[in-house]
Amino acid sequence: MAVSGIIMVLFLIAHMIGNLHVFQGAESFNDYSEWLRTFGEPALPPRTLLTVIEIVLVVSVLAHMWAAYSLWAQARRARPVAYVSKKRVQQSFASRTLRWGGTIILLFIIWHLLDMTFGAVNPQGTDSSPYDRLVASFQNIPITLFYVVALVLLGLHLRHGIWSATQTLGQTNKRRERSVNAIAIVFSTLLIAGYLVVPAAVAFGLVD
Amino acid sequence: MNLTLKVWRQVNPATKGKMVSYHVTDVSPDMSFLEMLDVLNEQLILDNDDPIAFDHDCREGICSSCGLMINGIAHGPQQTTTCQLHMRSFSDGDVIDIEPWRSGGFPVVKDLVVDRSAFDRIIAVGGFISAPTGTAPEAHSTPVPKRDSDAAFDAATCIGCGACVAACPNGSAMLFTAAKVSHLGLMPQGQPERDARVLTMVAQQDAEDFGGCTNIGECSAVCPKGISMETISRLNHDLLGALRAGAVPAS
Repeated sequence: MAVSGIIMVLFLIAHMIGNLHVFQGAESFNDYSEWLRTFGEPALPPRTLLTVIEIVLVVSVLAHMWAAYSLWAQARRARPVAYVSKKRVQQSFASRTLRWGGTIILLFIIWHLLDMTFGAVNPQGTDSSPYDRLVASFQNIPITLFYVVALVLLGLHLRHGIWSATQTLGQTNKRRERSVNAIAIVFSTLLIAGYLVVPAAVAFGLVD
Repeated sequence: MNLTLKVWRQVNPATKGKMVSYHVTDVSPDMSFLEMLDVLNEQLILDNDDPIAFDHDCREGICSSCGLMINGIAHGPQQTTTCQLHMRSFSDGDVIDIEPWRSGGFPVVKDLVVDRSAFDRIIAVGGFISAPTGTAPEAHSTPVPKRDSDAAFDAATCIGCGACVAACPNGSAMLFTAAKVSHLGLMPQGQPERDARVLTMVAQQDAEDFGGCTNIGECSAVCPKGISMETISRLNHDLLGALRAGAVPAS
């Protein structure tokens, strides 16, 4: 859970920074997308970098899902009779939404690939440039709202996930506990804000 | 004060239980929660009814026998054991739900009594050190850093009541196991078995139908001894170390 999560967080950081090319205009954004495909040419075959990233990510996603499913199944076995009344004492909203949030994020990733990568569900269709697809999606209010909801859930997922991964890897102690939680909140907020400026810029007409 | 109690009644492990309402009158705010249940039980006996079965022993907050889910919180509204909870924490006319710990690892024996021998089995597989018997060794011959002895003592305050399991949304026993692993793993005397201990105790915990830890923290918040989430990190640290070292549990 922790290791696959960390790999995906590293990807999320790179993806967020890559998205910001949109503010340098259509050409820069499309060039960046092209650069990812032609990275290392001619020494390396086309799409080498992308293929490596894709394989690592698919393995991480599957490992993360398998771990999440095992924990869920184990938790179900561990409480065969439910409480008649059960109150929460201190658990965070983020920790409570982890499982459903993760499921919604998975559905979002599928949509996101069909939308931005393949263009299959994009208003611009499959033979458009990455920049056109991005602008077309975020000029559509329901699609934009779906992105915003999924990203906020991702932020909550990371807020608990970063703390939990630190625990799982045995790196927390009483003195560090507060700073680990503070870092988790600040990092998740900044990362999600970095993602959300793009749809916000399109929605408010700063990018078109 | 007068109270309405909704208590889980279950005749034996095989039959289905249900919540039953009782009225208790003239409860003094100075009574402990268990004394209030004693008063109810005397009433039930006089009425030729079956008294409610619940675990209790020292009533001083140290033996770990008592433990009830009170209004959906393990050990009730105060962070202490059920026996140290007093009726002044409630007000006249309150309706109080009382349930047993619910866990696959803690099957209900009767009413509010659960079988916590799963904890004994977790301790049995790793909660020991190898020490020569005979005369007590000179204490100063094995120096222990103050910081380690404090952390080990904090972990050692775990009485094994099971509130952590009861409160955990995953039904995990991680805080209990982590307290035991930390307690012995921090001391020089606990080093020879350190790697094997964490492996066997975690394996036994998983074999007992407890859930897995997702670091939510409900356990530590209801723990009467305030065992910290730090112990769970320490267990994971030891577990990764043992797996890296390729430790094999001694048979």
